[in-house]
Amino acid sequence: MSLLDYFRSNKASSASVAKERLQILVAHERSSRNQPSYLPQLQKELLEVVRKYINVGQDAISVNFEQDDDQEILELNIVLPDHHTNKKS
Amino acid sequence: MARIIVVTSGKGGVGKTTTSAAISMGLAKKGFKTAVIDFDVGLRNLDLIMGCERRVVYDFINVMNGEANLNQALIRDKHCDQLYILPASQTRDKDALSIEGVGKVLEELSKDFQYIVCDSPAGIEKGAHLAMYFADDAFIVTNPEVSSVRDSDRMLGLLASKSRRAERNEEPIKEYLLLSRYSPDRVKLGEMLSVKDVQEILSLHLLGVIPESKSVLNASNSGVPVILDEKSDAGQAYADIVARYLGEEKPHRFIDEKKGLFGKLFGGK
Repeated sequence: MSLLDYFRSNKASSASVAKERLQILVAHERSSRNQPSYLPQLQKELLEVVRKYINVGQDAISVNFEQDDDQEILELNIVLPDHHTNKKS
Repeated sequence: MARIIVVTSGKGGVGKTTTSAAISMGLAKKGFKTAVIDFDVGLRNLDLIMGCERRVVYDFINVMNGEANLNQALIRDKHCDQLYILPASQTRDKDALSIEGVGKVLEELSKDFQYIVCDSPAGIEKGAHLAMYFADDAFIVTNPEVSSVRDSDRMLGLLASKSRRAERNEEPIKEYLLLSRYSPDRVKLGEMLSVKDVQEILSLHLLGVIPESKSVLNASNSGVPVILDEKSDAGQAYADIVARYLGEEKPHRFIDEKKGLFGKLFGGK
């Protein structure tokens, strides 16, 4: 370490902040890049249907689309509230 | 059959036209018959950077519309007789470009040229799309700056999905990173993303680093591609880039800071 480095401050440099922000952003944008354009609409309509029967929140449904070389996977996740079955009985 | 190179970036002002002028000149000087095409219809500037603005008679759109033939529109460069410039139209708008028209012109050029360099406009609209659509290789010009890096990543997405090679399920476009306006001093101070940072974020093959250099403005002022300024750092950086693209082994330069007297006395390593 040189004498100059010693006097440089130890706080996170703006470049490392930039790198971290970009890594998160690029990862997010790459994952949504190959998704079909109907996905947000599908998610919205599914939420409406589920809500007819179960009282779930806005973010209770997640729709994921993944693509491999030879297959496409549409993954649908619905998180039910803790005691929804008890209310019916 | 020509190899088609697109010079693209998404973001404006990062050095696409400077790069197109430099690498097309570099390829031509290596003896390859090269054409460089301005795709920025309505805002043409390649002619100005190449110093042939007063010799433009017909343009790309005229050729597409059959109002002139290719030989009438192509301008032979005054420094190198292997290099030809096809200027964009200054009066039309981007809708004058069509995929069939561009394809036809490129096909005709392919018969006679070894390299075709497509200087893309900024943005992701028609001009940019058509500049990349037929490409075999893509030079992604990026500045070490957040918005430029993000836009470059967006262009990578488009190259992988909206090009002819992608649509035909052919071997994908080869993508190369050209990091321009690089200041090793500022990287050292932690004020600028490093080459390694940008490579890690974009995971791209690095073709070369072009340092921030006064010679670039001097070159554009006088309308001479910066690669002809062989004494300048930017000129040398572009010469290295052309050599590497053609398969020569060249160690990367301009990545570490120049040490002044002070740095030599006190700097480590």
